[in-house]
Amino acid sequence: MEWLTWFSRPENTKPLALIIFFVTFIGILIYVYGSRKRGQKLESYRDIPFLDEQDVNKDKQ
Amino acid sequence: MATDTPSGAEPAEQYNFDIVKKFAVMSLVWAVVGMCVGVWIASELAWPFLNFDSPYFSFGRFRPVHTSAVIFGFGGSALFATSYYVVQRTCQARLFPDGLASFTFWGWQTVIVLAAVSYVLGYTQAREYAEMEWPIDILIEAVWVSYLIVFVGTIMRRKQPHIYVANWFYLGFILATALLHTFNNLAMPIDLFSMKSYSLFAGTQDAMTQWWYGHNAVGFFLTAAFLGMMYYFVPKHAGRPIYSYRLSIVHFWALCFMYMWVGGHHLHWTALPDWTSSLAAAFSILLLMPSWGGMINGIMTLSGAWDKLRTDPVLRFMIVALSFYGMSTFEGPMMSLKEVNALSHYTDWTVGHVHSGALGWVAMISFGSLYHMMPRLWNTRMWSPRMIEWHFWLATIGIVLYIVAMWISGITQGLMWRSFDEFGNLQYSFAESVAKMMPFYAMRAIGGMFFLTGTAMMALNMFMTIRQGQRENAAAVAGKLAHA
Repeated sequence: MEWLTWFSRPENTKPLALIIFFVTFIGILIYVYGSRKRGQKLESYRDIPFLDEQDVNKDKQ
Repeated sequence: MATDTPSGAEPAEQYNFDIVKKFAVMSLVWAVVGMCVGVWIASELAWPFLNFDSPYFSFGRFRPVHTSAVIFGFGGSALFATSYYVVQRTCQARLFPDGLASFTFWGWQTVIVLAAVSYVLGYTQAREYAEMEWPIDILIEAVWVSYLIVFVGTIMRRKQPHIYVANWFYLGFILATALLHTFNNLAMPIDLFSMKSYSLFAGTQDAMTQWWYGHNAVGFFLTAAFLGMMYYFVPKHAGRPIYSYRLSIVHFWALCFMYMWVGGHHLHWTALPDWTSSLAAAFSILLLMPSWGGMINGIMTLSGAWDKLRTDPVLRFMIVALSFYGMSTFEGPMMSLKEVNALSHYTDWTVGHVHSGALGWVAMISFGSLYHMMPRLWNTRMWSPRMIEWHFWLATIGIVLYIVAMWISGITQGLMWRSFDEFGNLQYSFAESVAKMMPFYAMRAIGGMFFLTGTAMMALNMFMTIRQGQRENAAAVAGKLAHA
């Protein structure tokens, strides 16, 4: 368990935290903007607030 | 005009709108009460005889009554109302379960009343925006966990596979607030039957915990949650989907990540280690990017339909709110810079900054959302669209008067406090700086009166709208029975 003391030093954990958060953020950006097909799918969710009314309108018809 | 168009409210059995109605009405009640107290304490500073030499009327006791009533009473109730409305409509599922949702209503209202009474009687933890003593804190904890269960439970029974981004913001706010409230209020009561307790933290750590809570209350309670409101009600009211869904995803994650780090900028030039407040300032500057990304996303939703702003005052409330969001999220990072902070901190500039966010962003987006939602809940249209116009202009003039007064008085204070004569002594006494503030305190109080008048007008308009809706619904039921 000696290796755990490595994490107790701020000079180690600060750059480690930076790398983890930076990689995560880049990962989110790649996920969101990296694929045209996925992008189209994500953008289709914009219409969710209006789906509810469509259902109501269909019921009324 | 969208405000004049009653849309089909869902049948009562499909959605639980009863709880939404209760919270919406109480948000208006607390808005009027909280802003009345705000105008009163602003007037106390301009005309001190209003203290009446009584501790019960003093600024120190009334100030937390004002902040708690507007933040937790008005803002909190508006968030409960809109989040319960949005989660049901975007998940197309009824709230889970009705009894617990009802507990969150009665529990939350009890919290606000107990807090106000305890402050006037002199009970306070002296932690900003968390002045409630420990028994009230425990009740808040119970209400908040119930809120989380209701919200997550509703999401889990959704019919829509994707969770709409507004719900992400609401859920982020609920989780972060639970975390903040719990750790900021860790305290040991001196006796089981005493209101008094002592914080588990001491000295600088206590101050840091307080401002980790304080700024994240702004970040998650007053920003993320109201962004949830924005991401549903702006597209819905404009009749156009949000400008970019992908930008909203980046907005959410960047905001959640960065806000948690910035509390330390409230403690520049104190015993807090320098690197801590410098790190907080760096994250405050970075925060500008997601904040403006979100603002642009909201405003650009109107792209190609700007003409609607001319005719629809409700949409105007929303877009002005977004403009103030952009303005205060620019001013905040600027004030977090150490050099600017050396001038602005402890002055009225901070008070002006907070109110440009609180009145300009939080209150205006809430007004817009409530104007959209409430007539639909009662299946009617607004009683007086004219009064909405009046409300908009009174609120806008009030905010401008307030912020300008505080900018002038704050910068004057900062400059007077740092002036030295040729012998190196302070050039002005503190009392001299107070005397200089008096015209601006009067101007601020008048700005508050404008804002309060607009809110009272909205409350009256809503009261008449609800009565109108009840009458119309009763007539419709009677008509159906007559045909049967």
